[in-house]
Amino acid sequence: MADEFTSKLDAYLDGELAAADMKALDAHVRACPACAADMLGRVQMKRAIKSASQRYEPRSEFRAKIERRLKPRAGFPKMFRAWAYAAAVACLLFVVAVGYNYYQRERLAGERLASEIVDLHVAALADPNPVQVPSSDRHTVKPWFQGKIPFTFDLPELQNTGFTLLGGRLTYLDQTAGAELIYQVRKHYISVFIFPQQSSGQTTDLAAKSKHAAFSLQSFTHQGLRYVLISDTGDSDLGRLSDLLKSAQRE
Amino acid sequence: MPLFSQLYNFAHWLTQDRSEAEDLVQETYVKALRGFSGFQQGTNFRAWMYRILRNTFLTSRSGSKASATRPLEEEDQEQLPATEETPESIFIASSQKEMLQNALAELPVPFREILLLCDFEEMSYQEISDTLGIPAGTVMSRLSRARRALHLTLSKKLKV
Repeated sequence: MADEFTSKLDAYLDGELAAADMKALDAHVRACPACAADMLGRVQMKRAIKSASQRYEPRSEFRAKIERRLKPRAGFPKMFRAWAYAAAVACLLFVVAVGYNYYQRERLAGERLASEIVDLHVAALADPNPVQVPSSDRHTVKPWFQGKIPFTFDLPELQNTGFTLLGGRLTYLDQTAGAELIYQVRKHYISVFIFPQQSSGQTTDLAAKSKHAAFSLQSFTHQGLRYVLISDTGDSDLGRLSDLLKSAQRE
Repeated sequence: MPLFSQLYNFAHWLTQDRSEAEDLVQETYVKALRGFSGFQQGTNFRAWMYRILRNTFLTSRSGSKASATRPLEEEDQEQLPATEETPESIFIASSQKEMLQNALAELPVPFREILLLCDFEEMSYQEISDTLGIPAGTVMSRLSRARRALHLTLSKKLKV
């Protein structure tokens, strides 16, 4: 066997020779019977070692034991746990922030709406002609709004209630036409605003009872209409008038 | 679990004992999980796992004893018998798998492990170099000596 090649036989056998050396050794093995026989023996031994080396199989109980012991850590290493906590906290903060933002927006919108109602009420009372249809007769006031607003409503009978209807006027809130009725109870004036419930720009609900600029406000919806009552009188008067207005729609 | 069967087989070959092999594999996985952040993506995962197992073995009591048995350099001082009928050819003809397994088991650990990594795991020299922490040139020379040592062991068994 040629000595210069024997040192390279193992690398040749393992496919680790450079391409040029591999080619040269290939050519030599084909021409040298001793090297060819040696190489054949090495190849067969390599295969035999591979076969013989697969000798030990792990017990199934051992495999199960390792899987049991390692699964929690493998599935949820500390780093991922930290990320999961961070993600949960971030989600919570996000939900709180969105909720708070929504609450703030609703609160501000409600305040803006109440401010406008106050403005409309004060503006009407400051007007030399607070009502465009001055009448205490509900059957005169109601028909006056025909063709002026896109809805209709009924007004209650006020005999022996302490309330007096002074009349009505056309009003606008967020570019929506509505009715403003002015009542008197003792020395106090009460404005009753009526708008369609789902009109644009009026998606924000007022609180059922609230105070704004020292005025009392009460709000309710009934048969698709939103009623807002405002006055400098007490809540009980507004409550009684609200009940009368509701009952008028059932008559 | 990746590489479980192969790692167990390798561990058993190193320790020559089922119980020690199981401890070794278990410790290897625990260490691998604990140190996974230290594994560099894109490098050889198999070589990394085998390196953990081997280092764990070498620091164990049986590992340090086994690796200190026979100096490697003495192995290739023995002369090969001059005969046309080689131990390999006789062995292959008789298909005595168990004899080969016993011969492998008798080899010093450094020879046994490098033969297993090369011929059974079919690792490249570079992978073996990464696993054993030795230069590629040393891989070549150690493999050559390991094969010669196996040849001698088989020769003695067959009395060629």
